[in-house]
Amino acid sequence: MLVTERKPVDEIVGFLDGEKRVFLLGCDGCAAASGTGGEPELAALEAELAAAGVEVVGRKVVDFLCQKALIRAAVRPLAERLRSVDSVVVSTCGIGIQAAATVLDVAVHPACNTLSLGGIRGEWQGEERCLECGQCFLDATAGICPLTACAKQLVNGPCGGAKDGSCEVEPEVRRCAWDVIYERLERQGRVDLLRREGVFQKDYAKMRPPTELRGTRRWAIDLREEKGGEE
Amino acid sequence: MKLSERFADGKFVVTSEVAPPKGIDVAEMLEHVEALGARVDAINFTDQQSSVMRLGSLIAARLCIERDVTPVFQVTCRDRNRIALQSDLLSAAAIGVENVLCLTGDHVTLGDFPDAKAVFDLDSVSLLEAASALNRGVDLAGNELQGSTDFCLGAVVTPEAEHVDLQVIKMEKKIRAGATFFQTQAVYDPEAFAGFMDRVRPLGVPVMAGIILLKSPGMARFMNRNVAGVRVPDALISEMADAEDRVAASIGIAARLIRDVREVCDGVHIMPIGWEGHVPAVLDAAGL
Repeated sequence: MLVTERKPVDEIVGFLDGEKRVFLLGCDGCAAASGTGGEPELAALEAELAAAGVEVVGRKVVDFLCQKALIRAAVRPLAERLRSVDSVVVSTCGIGIQAAATVLDVAVHPACNTLSLGGIRGEWQGEERCLECGQCFLDATAGICPLTACAKQLVNGPCGGAKDGSCEVEPEVRRCAWDVIYERLERQGRVDLLRREGVFQKDYAKMRPPTELRGTRRWAIDLREEKGGEE
Repeated sequence: MKLSERFADGKFVVTSEVAPPKGIDVAEMLEHVEALGARVDAINFTDQQSSVMRLGSLIAARLCIERDVTPVFQVTCRDRNRIALQSDLLSAAAIGVENVLCLTGDHVTLGDFPDAKAVFDLDSVSLLEAASALNRGVDLAGNELQGSTDFCLGAVVTPEAEHVDLQVIKMEKKIRAGATFFQTQAVYDPEAFAGFMDRVRPLGVPVMAGIILLKSPGMARFMNRNVAGVRVPDALISEMADAEDRVAASIGIAARLIRDVREVCDGVHIMPIGWEGHVPAVLDAAGL
């Protein structure tokens, strides 16, 4: 089971940085079970965003946002509406957010932090990887996670180690994550995003899953709820 | 002496790199320190260069200070977390280090312990932030220090990277985080470098062009294939291949590059990679 938690609405509104029209994407898999990505949660998020002056022009819950083919099929009928928005807010795990960012190729903002992947990488394993860092910053990196895509896990831009666009560590299989981030932002006309971001310092304490989650069936499905867990 | 004071004096600043030994015999390193000390403004001590385990740059910097030569203490993020990095910076200040070059560092896979755990808790930018905090008398978490540091902080940039724009964006971040001078990856194309300098001149921070001594045409081709951000033009490779005296050719090429970049930047940083003994001849030939 992947466990996610909703980010505070203020943080999400901060990501929008003036964008006024957004579309919401949810996930009916683990995120719905986590209480972050299902239809009721999207409705609640829409209300919170509306209260903050953001217009939500539509919302859609996809069965599994980790599966890019399902995202493609789900958004096909929504193409026109998606073209009319400034960005898409995605309420699911780090894998689903990255998959959505890849498929949609528009500005995508994370609405959740991923606390635990429970040992799996999405129901449908694509190329995306999430480090369960509990501090999702995919907003600042064009929906590509440098904690997993960069061999040095660099969060403030590339090192000098890329050769012809390939990573110095595994040049045969790994492109420089920051080159890929830059190229995606350039294609989307959003390179200035990189200039806007301050110096980012990871809080590795957030990688320890919250104690209240441990000992619950959301943490491990074979646990009995002896400690007064929530399910 | 802080490099920032040299720049402020309008001097064309010269630094050279010396790698600490793999072992504890520092005699050769100290010979280089004494031979170069009289000719350069400071000597950079690399931090486990290419991820190869060696004597530390901190103690090398101290041995340098004891010989009245100014060191630049190079610090990478590969081997230490934010606690150890800040602690080493405090130690550096306590033993008289004034100049610090903050780098991300090569990955462990490039060195002789590819099975080591790569740390990268901080990166070059957040390391600069940490060092700037220590200069203000607090640590990265905001805790007050008993006595603050007063470092001149430097950083690196790769002018010939795939996406120069991305390098410049990171350079701007490093400046905001406290970098007051830059040393570059090796430069072999003065015209391309002049173009890079046009772009970064408005940032208002001194830039020292990196000069790696070419030892052979094979080394040049190796760097072109394997070293990020290094492009040795074919003409220079031919010049090395055709030379009867490769040392003389190498010195000639380096001196010519220095004269060519001198008009557009604020200093040079020489990386002799084993040819430390030839650096004085390069400086003589370059008129420095």
